[in-house]
Amino acid sequence: MVGGRRKKQHFSRIHAFTCGKAYFRGDHSLIGGPGFSRVVYCNDPECFEASLLNYGGNYVRSTKYTLATFFPKSLFEQFRRVANFYFLICAILSFTPLSPYSSISNVLPLVVVIGATMGKEAVEDWKRKKQDIEMNNRKVKVHQGDGRFEHTKWMDLKVGDIVKVEKDEFFPADLILLSSSYEEAICYVETMNLDGETNLKLKQALEATSSLHEDSSFQNFKAVIRCEDPNANLYSFVGSLEFRKEQYPLSPQQLLLRDSKLRNTDYIFGAVIFTGHDTKVIQNSTEPPSKRSKIERRMDKIVYVLFALLVLLSVIGSIFFGIATREDLENGKMTRWYLRPDETTIYYDPERATVAAILQFLTALMLYSYLIPISLYVSIEVVKVLQSIFINQDLHMYYEEADKPARARTSNLNEELGQVDTILSDKTGTLTCNSMEFIKCSVAGTSYGRGITEVEKALAWRKVSPLAQDVTEEEGQVEEFKKEKPSVKGFNFLDERIMNGNWIKEPRADVIQKFLLLLAVCHTAIPEVDEEAGRTSYEAESPDEAAFVVAARELGFEFYERTQTRISFYEFDPLSGKKVERSYNLLNILEFSSSRKRMSVIVRNEEGKLLLLCKGADSVMFERLAKSGQEFAELTKEHIAEYADAGLRTLVIAYREIDEQEYVEFNEQFTEAKNLVSADREEMIEEAAGKIERDLILLGATAVEDKLQNGVPDCIDKLAQAGIKIWVLTGDKMETAINIGFACSLLRQGMKQIVINPETPEIKALEKSDDKSAAAAAFKASVLQQIAEGKRLLSSSNKDSEAVALIVDGKSLTYALEDDVKDNFLELAIGCASVICCRSSPKQKALVTRLVKSKTGSTTLAIGDGANDVGMLQEADIGVGISGVEGMQAVMSSDIAIAQFRFLERLLLVHGHWCYRRISSMICYFFYKNIAFGFTIFFYEIYASFSGQAVYNDWFLSLYNVFFTSLPVIALGVFDQDVSSRLCLKFPPLYQEGIQNVLFSWLRILAWLFNGVLSATIIFFFCIRAMQHQAFRKGGEVVGLEILGATMYTCVVWVVNCQMALSISYFTYIQHLFIWGGIVFWYIFLIAYGAIDPDISTSAYQVFIEACAPSGLYWLLTLLVLIASLLPYFAYSAIQMRFFPLYHQMIQWIRSDGQTDDPEYCHIVRQRSLSHTTVGYTARFEAKSKSSKERARDH
Amino acid sequence: MTDTDRGTQRDRHSAFSLFTQQSLPACKPVLTPEWVIMTFLFIGFIFIPVGLVTLRASHSVVEIVERYDIGCVPEPFRIDKVSYIQDDSIPKNCSLSFKVPKYMKAPIYIYYQLDNYYQNHRRYVKSRSDKQLLHGQNEHGISSCQPVEVNNDRPIIPCGLIAWSLFNDTFTFIRNRAELKVNRKNIAWKSDRGHKFGKNVYPFNFQNGTLIGGGKLNPTIPLSDQEDLIVWMRTSALPSFRKLYGRIEKDLDVDDVVVVHLMNNYNTYSFGGKKKLVVGAKCNK
Repeated sequence: MVGGRRKKQHFSRIHAFTCGKAYFRGDHSLIGGPGFSRVVYCNDPECFEASLLNYGGNYVRSTKYTLATFFPKSLFEQFRRVANFYFLICAILSFTPLSPYSSISNVLPLVVVIGATMGKEAVEDWKRKKQDIEMNNRKVKVHQGDGRFEHTKWMDLKVGDIVKVEKDEFFPADLILLSSSYEEAICYVETMNLDGETNLKLKQALEATSSLHEDSSFQNFKAVIRCEDPNANLYSFVGSLEFRKEQYPLSPQQLLLRDSKLRNTDYIFGAVIFTGHDTKVIQNSTEPPSKRSKIERRMDKIVYVLFALLVLLSVIGSIFFGIATREDLENGKMTRWYLRPDETTIYYDPERATVAAILQFLTALMLYSYLIPISLYVSIEVVKVLQSIFINQDLHMYYEEADKPARARTSNLNEELGQVDTILSDKTGTLTCNSMEFIKCSVAGTSYGRGITEVEKALAWRKVSPLAQDVTEEEGQVEEFKKEKPSVKGFNFLDERIMNGNWIKEPRADVIQKFLLLLAVCHTAIPEVDEEAGRTSYEAESPDEAAFVVAARELGFEFYERTQTRISFYEFDPLSGKKVERSYNLLNILEFSSSRKRMSVIVRNEEGKLLLLCKGADSVMFERLAKSGQEFAELTKEHIAEYADAGLRTLVIAYREIDEQEYVEFNEQFTEAKNLVSADREEMIEEAAGKIERDLILLGATAVEDKLQNGVPDCIDKLAQAGIKIWVLTGDKMETAINIGFACSLLRQGMKQIVINPETPEIKALEKSDDKSAAAAAFKASVLQQIAEGKRLLSSSNKDSEAVALIVDGKSLTYALEDDVKDNFLELAIGCASVICCRSSPKQKALVTRLVKSKTGSTTLAIGDGANDVGMLQEADIGVGISGVEGMQAVMSSDIAIAQFRFLERLLLVHGHWCYRRISSMICYFFYKNIAFGFTIFFYEIYASFSGQAVYNDWFLSLYNVFFTSLPVIALGVFDQDVSSRLCLKFPPLYQEGIQNVLFSWLRILAWLFNGVLSATIIFFFCIRAMQHQAFRKGGEVVGLEILGATMYTCVVWVVNCQMALSISYFTYIQHLFIWGGIVFWYIFLIAYGAIDPDISTSAYQVFIEACAPSGLYWLLTLLVLIASLLPYFAYSAIQMRFFPLYHQMIQWIRSDGQTDDPEYCHIVRQRSLSHTTVGYTARFEAKSKSSKERARDH
Repeated sequence: MTDTDRGTQRDRHSAFSLFTQQSLPACKPVLTPEWVIMTFLFIGFIFIPVGLVTLRASHSVVEIVERYDIGCVPEPFRIDKVSYIQDDSIPKNCSLSFKVPKYMKAPIYIYYQLDNYYQNHRRYVKSRSDKQLLHGQNEHGISSCQPVEVNNDRPIIPCGLIAWSLFNDTFTFIRNRAELKVNRKNIAWKSDRGHKFGKNVYPFNFQNGTLIGGGKLNPTIPLSDQEDLIVWMRTSALPSFRKLYGRIEKDLDVDDVVVVHLMNNYNTYSFGGKKKLVVGAKCNK
């Protein structure tokens, strides 16, 4: 392999790259001191010194529990919930004589409930365990001595091992790069899992070790690395390498981090320095914050309210009990002698009535515990898991191409999906596919390319829709170009005038030729020729650059070789019609930078002419055109505006011929500048480049589509109609971000843009000076001023209800997020229809998310696909990960993973809405049924001298929540649909119900609680009045305690189940089964339980068969109580439905009237929406039709 | 169409996929005015006949309620009724009479009604031993009978407060100087007689303590036949309750005068409870 090594070109040669020259800096003197104590004996992990150090292994554990800690830890977790703790106390107390019921009947439900929750925990943790096992059992080649490398499991790696990582493998631990397949010992690393950046990073080993190319060269390799202790900082590293008695400094340049990937390099050798939990990436990972939904938090409050109610009732009860007990002995004489107050226990002692009352308080706490639904938490968890399964199963969110369904990773947040107020979205990979396609160009004032962008598609679709008949332009063109997609990646250009060599027939063929030539030459891409297929592919720094080279190739200028000094390509020769080989001498590359916004190359063509080829942003290019070179400037500008509005990235293409003299001068200055070591090196280079990049001759412009994912504009439009605010937070530069804003209709022409980007020359000047604080202050002042200006603009435009967009760049964001500014900033941002933050770091993304979440109190959803979005995903109320191409980091830290952005529409509008509605009605209903039940118990106490005697049999009590009423609630929570999915999507404003929390407002909750009390009152008083003195049966027997209990219980079961049937409007066989099944089950239970030996069934013995069933009174009473308890609710909801319908009820109306396909009705219903749509193409369309109407009026 | 396409197409219509896609056929009622009116009409349709039937049934019943707890205490003792009732030396005979307002058809049910008597007090309800009632002599399982479980170190059968406080007023009915026979059999629930009170369990050591609560039991009759005990031990649900005393199996004519001789033994005076005698029957011929 030594001789036959492939000579490849490297970026290092092309760039003015400053690599490898490491030197000892101040930090290195710290080595060996505190915090820098790690010593690694390379290739000798078994040696004595190393064994003393005992660094941890490479096993990584992400599970919450181990086998040993599962029980104590998860039990502890369970009983941290107040309600569960309360039930635990009740269970313990139920073994004392205080208990109003038998202990077993009380403990069993608790065991069931806690057991179910713990089971769920165990299953979840097991899944994590399986992932760990997969990760820890991956294999990597490790040096075993004698130059042999063998596959070893990741978890068996030790500090000091030498590993050989091959192309496209992940690094198993943090490594120090020793050598690679390249002679210079460089390698390319993709750190997407760490920071989300897709571009490759270059790492280079020390020269001292760079010659170790062979497996065998490690036979006798010995070195000692001393470095810092494990820490979380990804971008710093301090260490030294002792090799052959020499010390060499180590820097981050030699550090390869776990979870990053080796790219474009055949193999590398590295020494393991940090393993397992010591690695930087794991040190960096924070515990995923456990998120709870707003509804659940409010539910906790309701539980507290119920606790308060419980205590109140208990206090009332115990006071009355105390009084009654005290009166049992009057002047030493017994009053209620049948209770034997003379020979009593502490619980009923009239002489210590206060103590008795306090003890009675505890009894009452236990007795009224049915006010608090023990099964609420577990039911909700079960329901949420089932809801998640439905989300995962949804075929409409299944991405067939990648075989990826939606995956709800935490089921905690389902209902939160129905309340999202603000979406914070990443751009690259989330809104876009992260692939650039060359789609249009403007050459010599003619626009070529008939590809259709996603935006145009969306607009075109909108035009055909019936509501928008006023504007009809260019409609015919749409169908015509729906041709097959070209199979070439990065190329979506379609124009018969240019393709297949037809360009020579165009009037300005000479310009087109130069244009294409420039595309083929002016870049920094590296070709990779696949000899067998005869195709050339390119490795470029950015995907747009690759798109240019691909475009040039497809149009006949195939670039195939780059050496340090030459660029070679095949050119399609218009005269002979053959491919001709050409090669240009590459003289200089003037690189792209964000301040220059352009790049150029200087080449000498085969005729010996010197050419400067330049491409750049229109803002800098037009001012650099020569007077004579502006032939097509106006037309080109027009085209660029058009392209930009269609959401394309544009670059202006220009060139210039240079004479020798000028070049020599330039080259001198440029080389000098490059060799400078001072701080203003960059500036000098810029200045030199600027001098020569002038008097350019315009050729045209290119338009590259940063391809939006399928259906993104449509989805954004629907979300906007639903009243959700959408913010884009991107690390990309402002221009790109704005383009995408246009592409997804978040921005549109005519929208006022507030740009906060105070890069004024004064501030730049200040920055160059050493006075950093002054610069910062000036910058901040300028940001403040711009925010203030923006607010003024906002308030003025609010009057004419114009939409305003806010665009902030990362640096300004730093200041805008400072404590004293952020409120101002947020106020401005909330007022704007769309907000775009560009150049924002992962941390800033998270900060913005936190700001929105904490200050507005509204629900935020963050969506992203890269590791740089992790912070944002974790910070937001809901994090949605896109399981796209960019690694799994985002998905792993997300709450819900989907494959495509467009699935968000269904996830929120359908599943979110449903889940929100389901959970909120479920919780309301839960409280209702427990209040209804609990209050009958309380009312009975009034008639039982508050002694704590329960009206129901013990097992009736304890099975109420678990059996007779739980299944219908679960059916409600899992299956209920107020509006079908089709209509959910058709009427996005329905989503507002969730944002404004209509279905779970305190008023509604209290109304349900009131309904519960009402039902209890009706049930109880009807029953006791009807049964008190009446002969119950033919034989003249009267009603005892057990019959009253069974009858009342029957009424409660009927009432709560029928209340459920009344309050839902969606019955499948499942609902029927559970609701009516619950009632039937009660009777079956009553019969079965009554048939058991009276020892067990106690007071329920034969109560149904002998007493209730033969009695007409029992059946009549059930019917009467049932109807009477439901009537108030029925009347209320009938009136509400008819006269004050909620939004979903309006939709139900028009559905039952069969008007959902009547566009007029739909329009009217949409108009009833609670908020005005300001972004999305619907709004864009409305704005456009409005302005065109105005124009028509003006004419 | 590819194979997978066809697969999903087919899936889409299978019952399972209807379930997973949440598109099961469903009935979606909406509360339209028509429905609401229909419902109300329907409820009326059901309830009006039911109401008429109940009303008629209620009119066909005659019920005579006579309170006797005060009337049965002789004038001089009315100041301190408690000491009157606790004084065993004073005879407790008493009589009252009523006129039959309507024809009463046999069987005529006789109830006694107590008010303000908390038979549903937790201490009271618990103070019994179902095991003992069914199986008899058993030292264990009578701890629940506190505080009336043993006397002179021997268990009481039946133990507990309920049995101890057995109601012991008695009534004899006389019409036209002839005694009306009161049938006191079959007044308890059958399941109680058969499965809760033992056939071989006899009262033992009952009401032998220093403090005597209520009625005594004939120790030669097994518990399963002590029907007034069984009735009494089925605790009432509410503090005002009636219990079946017996049946008169003869019809009573309008304006018949019935004289009731009763033994006013039971103490409700100390807690201010009322005692009533209730005679009820159907009145239609």
